[in-house]
Amino acid sequence: MAPLPGWKDLPPGCPIQEPLSARNNLTGSWRSARPIWDHDKCVRCGVCDLFCPEACIKPDHEGLYQANLDYCKGCGICAQECVTQCISMKQEEE
Amino acid sequence: MGTRIGKEVSIGIAEAAMMADVDVVSAYPITPQTHVVEHLSELVADGHLDAEFVPVESEHTAMSTCCGSVAAGARTFTATSSQGLALMHEILFIASGMRLPIVMAVANRSLSAPISIWNDHGDVMAERDTGWLQVFVENGQDAYDHILWAFRVAEDHGVLLPIMVNFDGFIVSHVVESLEEWSPEEVRRFLPPYDPPYRLDVDNPWTFGPVGIPDIYLETRKAHDEALLGAKATMVKAWSELADVVGRQYYPVEQYKADDADIVFLSMGGISETCMTAVDELREAGKKVGLVRLRLWRPFPFDEVKAALGGRKVIIAIDRALSTGGPGGPVASEVKAALYGLETRPQVIEFIAGLGGRDVTVGDFKQMYEKGAAVAAGGPVPGYELLGVRA
Ligand code: SF4
Ligand code: SF4
Repeated sequence: MAPLPGWKDLPPGCPIQEPLSARNNLTGSWRSARPIWDHDKCVRCGVCDLFCPEACIKPDHEGLYQANLDYCKGCGICAQECVTQCISMKQEEE
Repeated sequence: MGTRIGKEVSIGIAEAAMMADVDVVSAYPITPQTHVVEHLSELVADGHLDAEFVPVESEHTAMSTCCGSVAAGARTFTATSSQGLALMHEILFIASGMRLPIVMAVANRSLSAPISIWNDHGDVMAERDTGWLQVFVENGQDAYDHILWAFRVAEDHGVLLPIMVNFDGFIVSHVVESLEEWSPEEVRRFLPPYDPPYRLDVDNPWTFGPVGIPDIYLETRKAHDEALLGAKATMVKAWSELADVVGRQYYPVEQYKADDADIVFLSMGGISETCMTAVDELREAGKKVGLVRLRLWRPFPFDEVKAALGGRKVIIAIDRALSTGGPGGPVASEVKAALYGLETRPQVIEFIAGLGGRDVTVGDFKQMYEKGAAVAAGGPVPGYELLGVRA
């Protein structure tokens, strides 16, 4: 990641011209627990993806749902909302 | 040179905004600011001013509208007072944090409760730390000149900050004074068109007002603080450009008969003119007294205050607001902070005067002088006093 700007580097009022620059902010660094899928129980309804506040859950090339850990902040909402209870949250230190 | 004409100060302020060729005015009427925005509304309706006048349902919306219009590249003016200023409070931080150069005239008035429409500085002191530039004017000419000056300063690319021009409700806003208006040619020489470095534009999009996470918020505060402190140089430059154009010279801190004075009054706003009369009479009676007036309030002019007050025996600081349950008056506290580092510090005695429109007379200033003279003669330094309060 590029070094963070000093105060002199900021344009007045901090407007942003780069579209989608929020992507540069890797919210995965906030995470203290990560979602773990039991893919045998997953019915691929996509509800977890709809609820994820980071919109970081996508099916992989085999159609298995995964969280992008660059952005998953570990909030646990997916695990709470999953219709088959197939997501569990695992502490990062474990 | 423009024409000299007798005019109500509020009308003069509206016409100064017209001379600045504002593009957008958004305001909600409130006593004693009302005549300013009523007149601007008339000027737009009658075709004298080519601008959008945006009537709104509250001051919160007025200030929000101003943020949007100035961000879109429109020169923007508003005015308010008291409860209206308080209702803007939340958006004031947004305007300054986003560095939006709005010019706002504030007709200073006390805050409720109890309900009071009369003059003091309680309203603006509650907005002291909103990150706006703030100046105080003393009379109609001062007010007129400072509306044009405020646009010149706020929109400067080295500044880009909103600015409040404070003028006392009723005792300045509603009096008819002899005003020298600027000619269109003088305005052209002094005030370039508003040309922001970036603006809201669908063809060239920018995000204004993004989130500042803990990694960056601190740096934005530092940049904002430095911008305020750094604005003083542009303000001083703009005052000298103003003097070149219309011949009136203003400074961050101004003095009246204070050169050799051991005891000086320190005041801010319209009350200074009454104080000058008191100084004249005390001088005639042989007293070595003078007056130091604060014109600039934010950024606080520390160096100029030290230069003007260092070496005096006694400062009689006059506040128009009370920091309830705190150190007394906000002006006196900041002045004391400015003087704290001096090797020999003047004594400061503090009066909170004219709250809620209570008259402050020449006689009152003479009484304050007597108390200052007692301290100069070695008497004890009293705590702050609410001038004229009945027991
Ligand atoms: S834990 Fe939160 S952020 Fe991570 S995938 Fe689940 S819902 Fe999204
Ligand atoms: S909500 Fe549960 S069942 Fe549905 S796709 Fe997500 S993980 Fe699978």
